[in-house]
Parts: sequence; structure tokens; C-alpha cells
Amino acid sequence: MPGRLKAKIVAGRHLPVMDRASDLTDAFVEVKFGNTTFKTDVYPKSLNPQWNSEWFKFEVDDEDLQDEPLQITVLDHDTYSANDAIGKVYIDIDPLLCSEAATVISGWLPIYDTIHGIRGEINVLVKVDLFNDLNRFRQSSCGVKFFCTTSIPRCYRAIMVHGFVEELVVNEDPEYQWIDRIRTPRASNEARQRLIFLMSGELQRKIGLKVLEMGGNAVVGYLQCFDLEGESGLVVRAIGTACTLEKMSTFPATATHPNNSSPSKDMKDSPQAAPSTLGCRSTHSSPVHSASSRLSQGFSISVPTLLFSGMKPRHRSSEAPRARQCRPGFGEEAPGVPLSSGPPTPLRAQTFSSFSPSKSYSRQSSSSDTELSLTPKTGMGSGGSAGKEAGPLKALLKQQTQSALEQREYPFFTLTIFPPGFLLHVGGVVSARSVKLLDRIHNPDEPETRDAWWEEIRQEIKSHAKALGCHAVVGYSESTSICEEVCILSASGTAAILSSRFMQDGPLDTEHRLSQQPLCVFSAGSERVEGDMGSSASLGFEEVVSPGCGFCHIPYDELNIPFPAQLTYCYCCRRYKVPDVLFTTIDLPTEANVTGKGCLIQARLCRTKKKAQGEGNAMAISNLLPFLEYELHTQLMNKLKLRGMNALFGLRIQISVGETMLLGLASATGVYLTALPSPGGIQIAGKTPSDITYEQHISNMQKKINDTITKNKEQYEINPPEVVEEIIGSPIPEPRQRSRLFRSHSESSDEVSEIDLSHGKKDAFVLEIDDTDAVEDIHALLTDSPTPAGFYSCNTEIMPGIQNWTSAIQMFTSVRVFRLNANLTNQGLNKIFSDLCENLLKSLYFKLRSMVPCCLCHLNFTVAIPEDELIQVAVTAVAMSFDKEQTLENGKRSGEKTLIKAITENDEQLQFNLELNAETSSPNPLGSPKGLSEVGSHPSARAPSVDYSSFADRCSSWIEQLKLKAHTIRRGSVKTTSSMEKASPLPEGRSRSLRSNRSYSGSSVAVVKMTPLSFIPGAKIIKYLGIINMFFIRETSSLREEGGVSGFLHTFIAEVFAMVRAHVAALGGNAVVSYSMKECVFMENPNKNQAQCLINVSGDAVIFVRESELELTSVQPQSATTQTSNGGEGT
Amino acid sequence: MSVELDVFVGNTTIMDKEVYQLWLNGYTVNDAVKVRIEGGVMEECEASAEVLLSDTMDQYRTFQMCERLLHHPAKLANQLLFQIPPDRQAMLIERYYAFDDSFVREVLGKKLSKGTKKDLDDVSIKTGITLKSCRRQFDNFKRVFKVVEELKGPLVENIRQHFLLPDQLARDYAAIVFFANHRFETGKKKLQYLTFQDFAFCAGQLINNWTVGAVGKTNNMMEDMDVDLDKEFLQDLKDLKILITDKDLLDQHKNLVCTALRGKTNVFNEMEANFKNLSRGLVNIAAKLINAKDVRDFFIDLVEKFIEPCRSDKLTSIDVNLYLTHYTNSAHILDTFKHHAVWTRYMGVIKSCILRMYHD
Repeated sequence: MPGRLKAKIVAGRHLPVMDRASDLTDAFVEVKFGNTTFKTDVYPKSLNPQWNSEWFKFEVDDEDLQDEPLQITVLDHDTYSANDAIGKVYIDIDPLLCSEAATVISGWLPIYDTIHGIRGEINVLVKVDLFNDLNRFRQSSCGVKFFCTTSIPRCYRAIMVHGFVEELVVNEDPEYQWIDRIRTPRASNEARQRLIFLMSGELQRKIGLKVLEMGGNAVVGYLQCFDLEGESGLVVRAIGTACTLEKMSTFPATATHPNNSSPSKDMKDSPQAAPSTLGCRSTHSSPVHSASSRLSQGFSISVPTLLFSGMKPRHRSSEAPRARQCRPGFGEEAPGVPLSSGPPTPLRAQTFSSFSPSKSYSRQSSSSDTELSLTPKTGMGSGGSAGKEAGPLKALLKQQTQSALEQREYPFFTLTIFPPGFLLHVGGVVSARSVKLLDRIHNPDEPETRDAWWEEIRQEIKSHAKALGCHAVVGYSESTSICEEVCILSASGTAAILSSRFMQDGPLDTEHRLSQQPLCVFSAGSERVEGDMGSSASLGFEEVVSPGCGFCHIPYDELNIPFPAQLTYCYCCRRYKVPDVLFTTIDLPTEANVTGKGCLIQARLCRTKKKAQGEGNAMAISNLLPFLEYELHTQLMNKLKLRGMNALFGLRIQISVGETMLLGLASATGVYLTALPSPGGIQIAGKTPSDITYEQHISNMQKKINDTITKNKEQYEINPPEVVEEIIGSPIPEPRQRSRLFRSHSESSDEVSEIDLSHGKKDAFVLEIDDTDAVEDIHALLTDSPTPAGFYSCNTEIMPGIQNWTSAIQMFTSVRVFRLNANLTNQGLNKIFSDLCENLLKSLYFKLRSMVPCCLCHLNFTVAIPEDELIQVAVTAVAMSFDKEQTLENGKRSGEKTLIKAITENDEQLQFNLELNAETSSPNPLGSPKGLSEVGSHPSARAPSVDYSSFADRCSSWIEQLKLKAHTIRRGSVKTTSSMEKASPLPEGRSRSLRSNRSYSGSSVAVVKMTPLSFIPGAKIIKYLGIINMFFIRETSSLREEGGVSGFLHTFIAEVFAMVRAHVAALGGNAVVSYSMKECVFMENPNKNQAQCLINVSGDAVIFVRESELELTSVQPQSATTQTSNGGEGT
Repeated sequence: MSVELDVFVGNTTIMDKEVYQLWLNGYTVNDAVKVRIEGGVMEECEASAEVLLSDTMDQYRTFQMCERLLHHPAKLANQLLFQIPPDRQAMLIERYYAFDDSFVREVLGKKLSKGTKKDLDDVSIKTGITLKSCRRQFDNFKRVFKVVEELKGPLVENIRQHFLLPDQLARDYAAIVFFANHRFETGKKKLQYLTFQDFAFCAGQLINNWTVGAVGKTNNMMEDMDVDLDKEFLQDLKDLKILITDKDLLDQHKNLVCTALRGKTNVFNEMEANFKNLSRGLVNIAAKLINAKDVRDFFIDLVEKFIEPCRSDKLTSIDVNLYLTHYTNSAHILDTFKHHAVWTRYMGVIKSCILRMYHD
């Protein structure tokens, strides 16, 4: 009995009228946890009942605490008939289970009904007393912190990054149970909501267990999704990165801490050395890489494609020949896969050793590599989702032995932002997809089959990474698209080489570091420090490999490069090879040298397909997939060139499957990396030179394209420094490769040689117009309307080149559904889809025009095909305005100031080891933090940090005290309002109708900010209160009365926002960061006047303090910080 | 091919003031889009008509969802559905409760009943204000009336607190409620020249001086009512009749006033000739006020019995002011006249009302 949950029902307000006769309600509340239910008294005849109940106590296992939500039901008492339910509130107890998160849930929470929406609010108080459980076979994982944020959270430092964790649970979907035929829609919706709550809780607990196994205490980049498989079940799955985090003080006092803590020993094998060794290694260009599709058990066809840069468009005349050409192309490259593990040269080993101290890693990984070239075995079982656990003990033992394996099996990281120096080299995007048939699952209630599916895909991803000479995959994510019985599983990430340590320049280099090493995002809970990129660019890079270009240097072997690409020497350091284009799924590293600003680049594609069933359908889809990806890639590349940029970050390719079509949407943020060569222009070549008008047409188009490029360069301020010398021709395969490529072009088109290639400094990107398809492509290129003045957009966390954010932020969600006509051609579809996205963007710009100058950050598009002829596009993003007037200089100066502070912090706060060797963690499954840090970190590095932590302890206890004070003040204010309300009946005589409006006395709603980013501009996050993960269903059978589909969804989304805000406020928070709407499933039946929608949202609840206020408090700790930050600052 | 669904929801609810006004004015979405296009917002923001339509629909939907809350403005502050900054909330409320003077002039003093609501289409045609907007304004009046009717305490203050309105608007609503409560006649042809603000001013005078609340302000807060006229006072007004029924007193009063006025005005002769007539008019109004039916005719009486005669004698408003000042003051010097307090309370209001109403 390791926990006691206590709940108190204080009051209700704005309740709906349940009794038509009296226009009032006799409300009471049921509080349920697990199988225990308590009831309050009936508060008769009021819409603002004051129950003020006793404390309801539930004595439960902590396992249940993690799995179960607290369920509060508000009902209307009826003497003669059954009591009517008004609505429900589900409260996730999880944030209360972690000592560092929230301590109490208290506040007004919306009462929600799946048919009527929000119906009033209820004021509750929830607390948990947790007793320590030292049982080593426990099934709970209380205390493991979860973060949606895909970077090290702001007020923590990472001591160790353990690696990939995943889990998957399956259940029968209540909507498909037989009982659903006889129960009401409300009951069915509630069963579903409750089930998903339960499953999420279970999933989190199981992932927590895995984290504890690994010796970690937190999961960062936690991504949970659910798949509505229909008949075969409901899957909730999650991935994340296990870490050991340590809370740190956020106060500037740390700035005085000595920073010469890096022992000279570290210098020797500091990561800086690593790039140089890598450099000696033969270098290579960007990755293209793919395995041919293959059929595996049942009907799974995996079609992995690797995205690549430097790919030249091949001759296209029609679908069929292109298909043929593509196919051999892929096939040709395929042999590259095993090759990469072929030469296990010392150099290679060296790379790995710099990655992980244990040699075993490289051994293990190469062995797994050989496995890869075989068909993945099913039932490999590792990483087995524990849904099948027979006995707790057995499962645990199994997990123990497997956790070690697992780590090595999947060196994946869901992080997208890294501490400086962590990310050494980036290879390129790796992705894998596979088409599965859901009705072929043998045992739908068990997770094994799905586990095996994902395992297959992960193995593939890993092999792709290997082929790129990389040992890790960062920015990793997984997704599915389901249509009837067909399911496409996708995974993608960025192949990379990581360092086990941070950059630690010697004391000599202090100056350098000051200006070069931009503040890492992870530091001290401080905001992103801006304004550094410019200065580092101005400094020379003669001596050391700058962090600003190091990550661009190719990690793969130049000799074994399995795809055509052009390599040049890095434009920053001139020492190492870089590819001509770089695609990644991660965020732009803060230390990267960027010229100009970035912009959102999208490739959109529709492909019709025949209606089919079962295997035929799966076949058709998997045959289409490679083309889809290829074309998306070509589009991305064209658009990138058109903007004069050379790298993509945050690339996310979504493929959605419908009955009669496939939809592909690739979004990324294009930038110009200073280290990479300037992109050539785009040349158009006609196929039939005989026709003069045709020639003219082409030259017109060429002119348009050239103009657009020039305009874009202006808009995004891309003026790269002129390169004096010609590209130092790489002696090895490059020239040959290039010429070969060229030849392949000239084979198909004779006039290539006549094309004026002078546009770029080097070879131009050639587009041939020889069929309508290509014409379409070019049209599509040119129809992308430019962003209006004052706007920028990106799908990453930050926009390069913009630093001075103001505090004005506006998060929003926009959804559009488009109905198509039947019988559209591919081109027609493409155009419609593209216009849909473009128009949506235009609408957003218009809506947010009052915020100009502003940047739409983290523009996250999701597409779906809810019905045969419908396309749904949902977008969630945040608009942040910035100060145009403030000069860069200013920003830089202030940036540098903070930089000095932060660097001193960085030195020791950001030390952690990447733990990849299993030996360190496995012997100590309980992982008491002490033992862990002993195992994990170097004694030498620890010495100063011990020092620091004692200091930090004092500091943080002081902050804790301060916060406590602020907390009580805030709580106090809540209390006073409630007591006021209670007191107000006293002067009742004064007025009759004051009663109904009484609740407005004093209490107004606290502002809660929401943002999909991990930070809030101009503010410091001082506390993470826990993860918010909510799932709602809304249904109506009076669609017209609720304003049609738009009115219905508008209300629902607003309600979801309101509930998220209310829960965050109840936890004591004033913002949600890393917010995302992961699912928005909308179904309608206008003929029946019905609609249903499911929404799943998640994020991290935090307390933030305005920077200005923080300074105040550090001078005057007495003032109540939290209160001001809570109340004030409405956007 | 069509957009089936199109929504935009911000964490902070985005509301465009201009579109809000168009919505309040009762424009349809299409009309609103036309107005916006003419306003040139498209060129400013490089937008297309489609974008504008989508934005307008979205805003309209937001307003419709908010309307329910605007009916109880206090709820707007502690509802959770929309996150609206306080200054925006104030703007929303103020504009929602704002009304057109030309509209209010049509319904002022009418019973706020279903019957009146049915006639709104005529009002709409007459004033050129859309029926939708008329209905909103009428419903606002009715809503405020219903809430305040049953409340005790100062009228303006009640309105301000319950509907979170700015001071001036609260006063205007107080006037509307007051007029509706007493059903003052304002629609007669002779009263057409008066604006709503004229009436609102007079209502303010009456509320501040003649209601129960006006005297009760200092002592009994629990009992005071601003909506109803002070019955006791109305009763006392009957005593003023002595000023016209007692022949001596009337002559004495006339002499005093004439002495004071002599030489100070060009229209002395007319004033002297008309004195008895005017005095009889004013005192008769006072004496009749005890009857609710006559209260309704208060303004028409003022115009007929006083303003029109003065106007036909071509008195300027300065003349009227002078006359009324001396008329009021002289009564106090009359030795047999005892009702000084009532006289002051009555004449103070009458004087300021007449002065306000004395224009073309």
C-alpha cells in the first residue's frame, strides 16, 4: 500500500440547468479511483454549488496511481428517475508522483461531457502521499520524469543520456466491442476516453520501468501516439530518450563559479580531436541509400527509402521508364549497405571509441549489422513490449537482460537539440516505411506482432545509418497511417555521429569560446541565447574545428559512398569535406554558422491509386511509396535551390493513405549553411529544341526562375561571402563521379552541354521539361507564393537570423477539410492539395498580421484522408513577434553578456556521458542515483561538480523557499476567493440576483501560455510540473444546430485548449511548452446531422518567470515572483 | 470541390475590432467581406478575397460563440473557454452594449415587451439599422432592465457592476431602464426634436433627485430604490398647488419675479404677460405627478406647458434660465409659502430639464 490519494471537492460554478422546472440543478459529485467510489452530498437548487466536501482518501498501489486517472463525475440528483450525468473530469495523477514536479492539484477544472462539451467547472483539491517502496520487483516507476520537450529541459542538466526507450500496449477498441451496439454514444465515448487514459498511464509506467532499469530518472522527447486500428484493436505506443537529469539552480549567482574546472586530461581526448580523426578518414558526400523492397512475413512490404542530397533528377519521360530507372538506381546503391560495415579499419574503431568508452559497442554493432543484411527475424523479442509479461518477476528478469542489448540495438535519440559538442557529424536523413495488413495479425490482443513490425523498421533505420558511416540516429520519430486494414508504418531520423563529451577548450581559448561557443540551449534553464552566430562567422577557424561547421563534415567513408554526391571542402574551415546539400530531421544546432534567414519549405504530392483489397492493396501502396518519396525529395530539392539555400532542418515527411489516393507532405526549414557550397541555380532544358516558341517558353520560365532565386536571396538575406578560389577539387572520386553524372544527363538530352551553367558558380541543377509532369513541377515551384512582408516561417524551434523576440506569442491550431471531386488526375490533385496548403498559410499570415514583424515557428502540418474524397490538413504553430528595430549589435552584446555567465555554468553543468555500454548500468537495476553517478562519470570530472552541487543545493533550497512562499501566496489568493464566495451569502439580503453572478467576485482566470516550442521568449522556466497528455472525444447528433462542422470543431478545439490551460493552472503552472496536437481525427455524417472528433494533445506544464522579474527577485527575494508571473503578461 | 471545414483557434482568442463592429451592425458574412474589401485591407496585407472570407467566417463564428457570455459580462472574466486579455474583454463588452441613438430614440419609454420586439422591423426600416442589430440592442435593453429591476441600490452602480460597462454607458442604460420603467412618452411629434442624450440627461436628473434612492443615499442603503420615484415626494408636490390656487401668493410671486427681472431682458413684457400661465403650467405638472399616467406625460407637458409658450415669445435660453432662476428663488421669499424643500427639489430638476430641452 504505497500511496494515499486524497481528493476534496470544493465547489462548482456555471453548471448547466438540469431541472427545467426550477431552472436549477441539484448537483452532487462522484469521485472514483480504481474500483473505489465516494460521493458528496447533494447541493440542492444551485448552479454554483458549494460542496466543500471532506477529504476522500484512496489507499492504493503506486502502480495504480500511475495507471489510473482520478475520475470525477458531476451528476444531477433526481428523486424519481435515474440521476443525470452532467459531465466528467479526468485528472492525471502522475505529476504528483514525482517529487520535483507539482505537489498539489488545485483549481477550477472544466466539467466535460462528450456530447455537450464543457458544462461548467468544478473546484477540486488533489494530493498524494507517497511511501517509498524499495521492493526491487515492483511494477511501478513513480518518480521518473517525463518530458515532451525534445531537448534537455531548461532547468536540468543531463548527467547521462542512456538512449532509446519504447513501449507499446494493445487493447480492444471499445467502439468495436459487441456491447457498443446497445450502449449510448456517450457511454461508448467515455469507455474509449477512459481506456486511453488507462493505457497511457500503463505505457508511461512501463517506460518508466525501463528507464529505471537503465539507471536513468527521466524520459526526454517522450512521444506517445495511438493507432486506431479498428477491428484489430487500439494501440498506444511511445518512444523517448532515457536520461539521468539533475535539477539545477537557475540563478545568475552561479556565474561567479570558477570555470576552469576542465581538467587537462579531458583535453587530450576532447571531442575536438575526434573530428580530425574523422577527417583523415576518407570522406564522402551525402547519403542516398535504400534497400530494395522486400516481402516479409504475411504481407508486409517494407519500402525503405533514404533521403539523400545530391541526387540528380533522372531522365523522365513517363512513369514506366522512370520506374525502371529508379529501381536499378536503388538496387545499385543497395550493395553499399553491407559495405559500410566491411572495412572495420582502425579508424573506424577509433570513431566508435570516441563515441563510447567501451569497445564492446563497435563489436556489438557490427554484429548487429550483419544481422541487418538478412531479413529481420520476427520475434526478435528484444525490446519486447511488456504487455505479455507472464509474471512480474520473469518479465523483470527478461527486461534486465534485454535492456542492455536493447541499448545497443537502437542507438536512437528522440532529441532534436543537443548540447554543443554532442553532435559531431550529421550524415543525412534515414527513413524506412513498411506496409502492413492489420487483418493478418494472428493475435490482435497481444503486442508481439506490432513489436516485430517496429523492430523490423528500426533495424532498417539502423542499417541505413550504418551505411552512412554513422553510429547513431538523432531526431528519431515514428508514425503510422491507417486506412481500413492497411497500415503504413514509418520511421525517420538523422544519421549522426555523437560525442561522448563536450567541447572543452583549454583556458587559452577562452576568448574563442566566448564568441564561438554559443550558449547551449540546455543551459541553466536560461533562454536560448541569441546573437552568436554572426560573431563566430567573423572569426577565423584556422586553428580548431569550429562547432559552427563541424557537424556538416561528412561522417561516411568517401570511398564507399553508395550514392552520387558532390563533395567539397568545408567553406568554413577548408579542411574537411562537406556535401553540397544536407537534409536532417533535427533542429538547427545553435552553434551552426548560417547565412541569412531560413524559411519553411514544403513538398506536397498526391497520387491516385486504384481501390483494392487486402494484399493487392498493400502491394499497390508499397509500389507507389518509392515514387512518392522520390518525387517529394525532388520537389524539396528544387524548392531549396529556388530559395538559394543548401540545407534542410526539421524534415518531416508524412505519408497518408486513403482508399483511392496517397498523400505525401514533406515540411522542413531551409537554411543556407555557411559551411556548405552555394547551391547552383536551376536550369531548364527542353527536350525538343526544334520548336522556337517552345524555346521561348523555356527561356521565359528560366528567367522567371532566375528572378525568383534573386528575389528569394534578397528576402532571406542570403549573401554568402564570395569564395575566392575555385573549389579545391577533391582528388578522389569526385570528378569522375561528376562527369559520370553529367554523362548520364547528356545521354538523355543532347543540349546539356549548351546550357549556360554560369548561373551558379558550379554546376546547375537541371530540370528537363520533356513531359507534362515536369511542366507541372516547375509550375508548382513558381506558384508557391512568397511569405508576405514582415513574416517568416519555419518548422523548427528557432529561426536563424532572428534573435530579439518580444514576449508576444500566439499559439494556434487551424484545421481545414477539403472535398474533392471524383475523377481527378494526379496533376489536378497535386494542384488542389498544394493550393490547400498555400491558402492555409496565407490565411495564417492574414490572421496574424497584427503581430508583424513575426515568425511562425514550429509550423507543424498534419495531413489525413478521413474519407474517400476528403483531405484534412491540420496545422499547429506559434507566432512570435520580434523586435525589428533593435540592431543585431545590441542583441549580440546582451547575448554575450549572458554568454559569459552561461559558459561558466556550462562547463560543469553539461557534462554527461553518453552511456552506451550495457555493463555500466545492468548490474544495478535499482539505480540509486548515487551508485549511478559513480559508475557513469569520470571521477576527475566529478570533483568540481560536487563542489558546485553543494553550492547549488544551497541556492536551490533558497529558491525552493522563495517559490514556496510565492506558492502559498498564490494558493492563499485562491483560498481568499473561495472564502469570499462562501461568505457572500451573508449579505444575501442585498440582492436576489447577485446570487447568480456571485462567482465573479475577485477571481479571474490566470493566463496560461501555450507554445509548441521548448522555451518562452524573454522568460525563464523555473519548474517543470509534469507531462500533460490528454485525450478527448466529442460527438454530436445536432451538427447543424452547433454551427455545422466548422462550428462543431471550432468549439471542440477551443474546449481542448481550455481544458489544457485549466489543468496546467491547477498544477500551479502558467505555461505549456512543447505542446502538440498529435491526433485530430474528424468524422462526419451530415446526412444524419452527426459528427465525431478525437483529439490527443500533449505538452509539458511549466512555471516560468519573466526575465525582468527574475532580476528583481534576485535582488529582493521577498517579493512574490510566481504570483506576478501568474497573473500578468497576457499575450 | 469545396472547403468543407475551416477553423482557426488561437490560445489567445484573436478578434478583429473592425469585423466585430460589422458583426454587431448585423452585416452578413458576405456583406462584411465586401465592406472589408472596400476598406482596403486586402492590399495592405497581400490577401485574397478567399482569405478574407475565411477570416470573416471564422471571426463571426468566434463572436457567436462569445455572445452567450456577453449576455452575462461578468462570466466573461472567469470563463475558461476563451483566453481573452482584459482590455479586449472590456472592448467586447462595451461594443456589444453600445447602441445607436437613432434606435434608442424609437423605443425609449416603450414597454420592453415581445410586442415591441415584433415592431422592430419597422424601426429597422425607419432607422436604416439592420434588424439583427436592432434585436441585439433591444435585447440588451431588456436584459439590463430585467436584472436591474429586481436589484436594490443605486441604479447606475448596479448596471456598471453587473454588466461591467464604462460609466457613461452605464448612465445611458440607467436612463433607458428608467424610461422603460415609467413608460415616459417620448414618441409624440412635439418631442421629436429631442435627442436621446437630452432624455438621458433628464433621466439622470430625475434619478438623482426624485427617486427613493436620491434621499435614501445617506441613511437607509438597504431600502433605496433608484428606479421608482419617491412617492412621498410626489405626494408633497400637491402642496405646491397653493402657489397658483392662492391668488395673493400668485400675485406676490409674480411681482417678486418681475421686480427681479425688470431691465435685465428684452422680453420682459412677454414674461410678465405670461407669468401666470407658465407658473400654472409648472405647478400643475408637479401636482399631477402622483398619478402614474401623468408621469408618462411629464415631458410632453413640459414642452406644451412651458417650452412652447416661451419659444413662441422668442425667449432665448438665457432668458429662460434667468426667468426660472428668479421664479424658483422668489418663491422662498413668499412669507406664506412653507414648502421650501419640496419646491427646491422640484424646481431644481425642472429647471435643468427645461434648459436642456430648450433648443431647436
